[in-house]
Parts: sequence; C-alpha cells; structure tokens
Amino acid sequence: MLDAIKRHYGPVIALDGAHLRVAAGEVHAVLGENGAGKSTLMKVAYGLEQPDAGTLHVDGVPVTFRTPRAAMERGIGMVQQHFALVDAMTVAENVALGGRGPLNLRATAALIRSISADAGLPIDPSAVVRDLPVGAQQRVEIIKALARDAHTLILDEPTAVLAPQESAELLAWTRRFAEGGGTVVLIAHKLREVLRVADRVTVLRRGRTVLTAAASDMTEATLADAMLGSVDAPQRNGDAGTTAMAQFAATDVIILDDVTVRDDGGVQRLRGANVVVRAGEIVGVAAVEGSGQRELLRVMAGRLDPTTGRATVPESVGFVPEDRHRDALVLDATLTENVALRHAATRRGLVSWAALDRETTALMARRDVRARDASVPIRTLSGGNQQKLVLGRELAGSPQALVVENPTRGLDIRATSEVHAALRGARAAGTAVVVYSSDLDEILHLADRVLVVAAGAVRGVEKDREQVGRAMLTAGP
Amino acid sequence: MPRAARAITEPLLAGLLSLGMLAVLLAVSGYPVGESLTALWRGAFGSWSVLASGTLVRATPLLFAGLAVSVAFRAGILNIGAEGQLLMGAAAATAVAVSLPPSAGFAGLTLALVAGTLAGGAWASVAGMLRQRFGVLEVISTIMLNVVALHVTGLLVRGPLQEPTRTFPQSALVDQALRLPRLLPGTRLHAGVALAVLSAIGLAWFLRSTAAGFRLRMTGSNPRAAASAGGIDVARVSLLAFVASGALAGLGGAVEVTGVTFALYENLSPGYGYTAIAVALLARLNPVSAIGSAVVFGALEAGASAMQRDAQVPAGMVGVVEAGVILVLVASEWVGRKVGESGSLNRGGTPRADEPAPPITPPSPPPTTSLHATTP
Repeated sequence: MLDAIKRHYGPVIALDGAHLRVAAGEVHAVLGENGAGKSTLMKVAYGLEQPDAGTLHVDGVPVTFRTPRAAMERGIGMVQQHFALVDAMTVAENVALGGRGPLNLRATAALIRSISADAGLPIDPSAVVRDLPVGAQQRVEIIKALARDAHTLILDEPTAVLAPQESAELLAWTRRFAEGGGTVVLIAHKLREVLRVADRVTVLRRGRTVLTAAASDMTEATLADAMLGSVDAPQRNGDAGTTAMAQFAATDVIILDDVTVRDDGGVQRLRGANVVVRAGEIVGVAAVEGSGQRELLRVMAGRLDPTTGRATVPESVGFVPEDRHRDALVLDATLTENVALRHAATRRGLVSWAALDRETTALMARRDVRARDASVPIRTLSGGNQQKLVLGRELAGSPQALVVENPTRGLDIRATSEVHAALRGARAAGTAVVVYSSDLDEILHLADRVLVVAAGAVRGVEKDREQVGRAMLTAGP
Repeated sequence: MPRAARAITEPLLAGLLSLGMLAVLLAVSGYPVGESLTALWRGAFGSWSVLASGTLVRATPLLFAGLAVSVAFRAGILNIGAEGQLLMGAAAATAVAVSLPPSAGFAGLTLALVAGTLAGGAWASVAGMLRQRFGVLEVISTIMLNVVALHVTGLLVRGPLQEPTRTFPQSALVDQALRLPRLLPGTRLHAGVALAVLSAIGLAWFLRSTAAGFRLRMTGSNPRAAASAGGIDVARVSLLAFVASGALAGLGGAVEVTGVTFALYENLSPGYGYTAIAVALLARLNPVSAIGSAVVFGALEAGASAMQRDAQVPAGMVGVVEAGVILVLVASEWVGRKVGESGSLNRGGTPRADEPAPPITPPSPPPTTSLHATTP
C-alpha cells in the first residue's frame, strides 16, 4: 500500500499525493496517460526512487525502501519496460546475477527449471539471452523475480513489446499467478487487456489517484474518461471505414514486383512479395514479430534495396521507424536540428537556421508538440511529443507515401489518437499510407485493407480480426 | 551558464585546479612549492616575451591537434592519432620546403603547408578505410599508426631527408624565405598562431552553419538516425571526417616545421597529439573554446621547462598534473550526467523541457553489454 506519495523532479511534480492499495492475490491494473505518474509510483514501490512525502506499507507494516534490494527482501519484484538482462549471458547466469551466496550455476539452473515448471513459464536455463525472443526474455525477468521469492510482481507495460499471441499468454499467466496467491500490479495502456485480466483498477491523473474500482464495474469508455478527465476525452469512434481513395484517381504509388530480400547472413526475409499501395488509402500490415515485416516496410520506404525483384517507390517517402530513439531522432540535437535532418543529405552550402527555426515552430504548433521552444534538445520531450514531431517532420511537404511502424507504441490515449488523426489526415491529402502495428486492433481501426506477412510471404487478407489473426500464424493459404 | 562564459571559465578553472594539484605533488615530493610555482608562472606568463615565445608558440600545435581531435570526436570517431598525423604533416612539409629554392618564397611556404595538410589527411584516411573495410577500431589503428609515423620519420631523417652533411638524424634547415613570418620581433611567435585561431573559428563556423558540418554532427551523434531519417551516407561522412581531422593535425605539423623547428627530426613533437585530446575535452569539443584550453596547456608545458631549469623540478611532474586534470574533467562530466539522469528517471513523459541540456560529451565507444543494457 502506498499512501499520499509525492515526488518532485526539480520543479516538475510527478506525484502529488497519489495512493495505491493493492490486496494480496489480485491483479491490480494501474492506468493513466503518459506522465500521469504510473512509472514513478511503481519506482517508489520498488525502491528505485524515494518519495518526497508519503508512506509505504507492506502487510500493514510501514517500510522504507532505499534500494530495490530492500523491496525484494519484502517480496516485491518488478519487470521494467526495458529489461535489465545481460544479453551475452545465459538465462541461468542472469538469474544468478545479483543473488547472494556463492555462485552455483547448476543449482540456479535447477531452481529455474522448478520455477519454470511450477509457474508455467517455459524457459531453457542454458539459452543465451541474446538469442531469445522478446517474450522469452520477459519470462526470464519474471523468473528472476520469482527466484528471489517475490510474491508481488510489478509489470510495467509488459504487453507493449509482445505480439498478440504472446500478450494473451502473459495475461493468462498473470491470472494463474494471482489465483495461486500471488499479487500482480500491472501498468497498462490497452484498456481491453485491463478489463479482461484485472480484478481492480486504479487510475492516476496528473500525479493524483482519481479512481480505484473493481474492473467488472468499468468499461473502456468509463476508464478512458477517468484517465483523461471526461471533458477532454478524445473521440474514440472509429471512422476507419471511410476512405479517401474515391477522390483520387487510383494512382499506384508503391509497387513491389516479386521482391525478395535476404539479410546479411543470407537468410531469406521476404520472398516474392507483390504489393501495390495507392494514393489516398491506408494499408495495414499485420505480422508476428520477425516475419519479414521489417524488411517489407523498409523496401516500401525506400530504405532497403530488394535482393531480387523490383521496387518502385516515390523519391521521397516519409518513414516513421519503430525505434525512434535509435532510427528517427538525434536525441542530443535540438528540435530544429531534428527537423532539419529530414533533408540533410541533399542540403548544400549554408544551413539557414533562422528559417528552419520558424519552420519547426510552425510544425510544433500544427502537430501540438509541447516543448519550451525549438531550441531545446529533443531528449527533454516526452515520447508522445517526440513521436508527433517525427510524424510532423515526415509529413511536411506532403510526401507521396508514408510508411509507419508501430507508430503509437508506448504512447498514451491522447497522443495515440493524435497520431491516428495525423495518419487519416495524410490519407485525406492523397498520401499512400502504410501502417504496421503489433497491435491488431490498431490495424483494424485504421486500415482500409490489410496485408499479412507470415514467414516472409505477403498476402492480402480480408479486414476481419479472426481471419487476420489466423493468417499471421500460417505461412500460406 | 551561457556557453561563451563557460568557454572562458572552464579552462581557467582547470588551470587553477592543476596548479593546486601541482602544489600538493611538489610538497609531497619535497620540492620547494613557492619557488617552483613561481618558476612555472614566470616561464608561462612572466613577460610578454615568454608568453609569446613559450606559451603561445606551444599552444599553436596543441590547438591544431586539438581541433583535429574535436572534429573527429564530433563525428563519432575516436581519433587518437593526431600525433602521427602531425608528424606526417611535418615530414611532408619538410620534404617540400627543403626541395624548393629560396626564390619560391611565399608560394613555396604555402605549398609546404598544403603538402603537410594533405599528408595528415592521407595518414588518417588509412585508419578510416581500415574501419570501413574491415571494422578495425580506430582507437587501436590510430595509436598503431602513431608508432609507424614515428618510425617513418626516423627513417626519413636518416635517409632521403637527412641533412646534406649527414651528421645528425635531422633534415636540412628550411630556408629563411620559406619560413612563417614572425608576428612580434624579438620573439618566436610566428604567423602560425593566427592560422590556428582562424582554423578554430572556421571550424566552429563549418560545424554550425554549413550543411556538411550539420551532417557531420548528426552522423557523430546518432549514425543510424542520420542514415535512416536523414538519408545521409554516413560511411562517406565519417571517412571525410577522418581526413579533415588528419588534415588539421597535419597542418599543425607543417606549421611547427615552418614556424618553430625549421627542420624535421624524430622528437619534433613532445606528444602534442596526445595532449591535444585533453585540449579538446577541456573545450568540450567546441573549437572556439579550444583556443583557451590550448593556451592553458601551452602555459603548463612552457612553465614546466622553466621549472625544470630554475627549480630543478622534473618537467614530467607537469605531465602527471595534466593527466590528473583530464581525469577530474572526465569524472565531473560523468557526475554531471548522472545528476542530469536522476532528474529524468521518469520515462512516463512529464514535461521536462526545463531540464538543462546534457553536456557535450565525447562519444563513447560502442557500449559493451552492461547490467542495465536495454533489450529491444
């Protein structure tokens, strides 16, 4: 139980008297927009951060956690969004790391096998973490916590990195864990998941707890209202059915003709892809992670040349890659410099920074990017604002095509709906839009038609949850 | 603090810090502290003449090499090879200068400086191509190339470039007509110092205002985003940055030969290329600040000679202090960054636009796996 927690970051108040009461044996979801204070509250509970005011109780006893180790000793474990695993080590070594007493990898492996069997979390203790898929790495993190006798698990947006099938498995696991007497605190964005799995829900808004209720009393709409404050709840009705195609002569903008891609190791990632994307439509791409969708998107965005076959793409394609910190932004550079990056390759002579500052300021206003001004490093912005800037940059000058990859991962509802509006706006302006998302709902919500990539093969599938889901798992008709 | 103010206060602070460290070191080693420091001061700033002939003359190659290191680090290249590039520049400039008749005059001098610049760039491009073709870490290759350059210089001054009398392992003297003009009569201060300051200002302008400089900075900060979002040919940009870096160091070597030593010999550089890394880091890789930081290190070096002469304190002691200053600087950057981070632990996206900008830090080599390595 956390009570009246306050936490300041300099002048910024992250938590302003938030409280959270979690009962043993329940799955408790914590919701809130980005910046509402969810992560900070969890860090206080796990000893990663110290509150400026307020108290923390475990089993009715007041405690102070100066370090995560202190929290672990009280049976609290946390799986953070960014895993704390050593890639080059095996699962057993990772679990042994940070443990006490002499290092005995054989005993650790045995412990992992027994936890893995008891808890229903399949894992091979001798596998090297780097070789494991994300879902398995997440299981390693959970097992790490269980190996330290955690009975309360804090999971920070665990499904954000998972494919739909893996998400479903993880959520089912949290239910089983709770039914076995464990406690799960689940930070989540996807309301549908929350309602399916949680016993109770706490909603934070601007650092305060605004609601704690049984999940069964809530609906997606009431939760969204609580998170946003009912006045400014964004429209959540899907108008994905309407298409702007009719207004444009059906121009083929992106044409892939029998495109095959092999990676550096010679592994075939994409085979014989035939795809046409037309002006004024949104094409959704659905795939299980690692099916070749990365390569497909990069070929369509003109960022990757096919090994064989022909790709016809416009000269300038807007591209919003999945990992914006790595592939889209220079974090230490200013907003203006990041906007200027778009045409960096073709700029000649002197850069007119004054004009670019004006352009960036206008873009910030147009896309509702919140920052002090265009001269601050983009590192200081929240994920949603960073993403809005990237999208705005890529859409500036109305490109003929726009390719986006998981455009709303890690964003809150408001930022998500703004990104969706921007994509629809691009479609209305006649841009050929390609959207990949690991969230099937997002694809169904946005797309006019759906392509599924499975084991490197691309095919069109009717826009239907059941059919798309099935196609993602099977390599061919 | 505004950047302009920081550019002056930080080198000053570092200077004071090193004096304090030196005082402690002297006391511990049993040297007379007051007398030694007075000798150091007199040797660095005691008169217009020592300031010009000692401090500023030594600051000049330090500034050229410091700019070389700065431009490389800004491009994400850890060029530790300014020493070798400087030597190759000196060798090429000597080869040109001693083979030209005195009548070549100013044109001949220009030619020698250009030759030194090209040679330095070519020498650095070896490391650049090794990195691009075979993935050889430039930290290793540039250090190795320093050793090679030293021995090539040794070969040259015992062979093709040795003075006609074949007495000492050194080249013939560069003719009066091909030397850099003196700026102050009666001192050793030569026009090279002006060239160095102009280079610093030019480099700052290049990085800030030109498209090529922008590409270089973006490539250095995040090569993946530069390539993906900017369409920048990062391989080409970093090879060019290698060449530009080597060219600046090579020009420094050419200036040293035509302005100070007038001949090539093996120990032409007392490690200018290594001290240059300190010069660049103290200046936070800012070319204009590098002017101040080159003067600080120039003063320490000039003062060290005077201290050895007048107070019999080994000059190496100043080397120890210089190294100490670097450690303190690197540590303070690190602490600064940690403090900055702890204020931004919330990834949740609270408005943080008021957070101070992170300091410009030298690029670190590709991160090795650590406990908190993030996994995609």
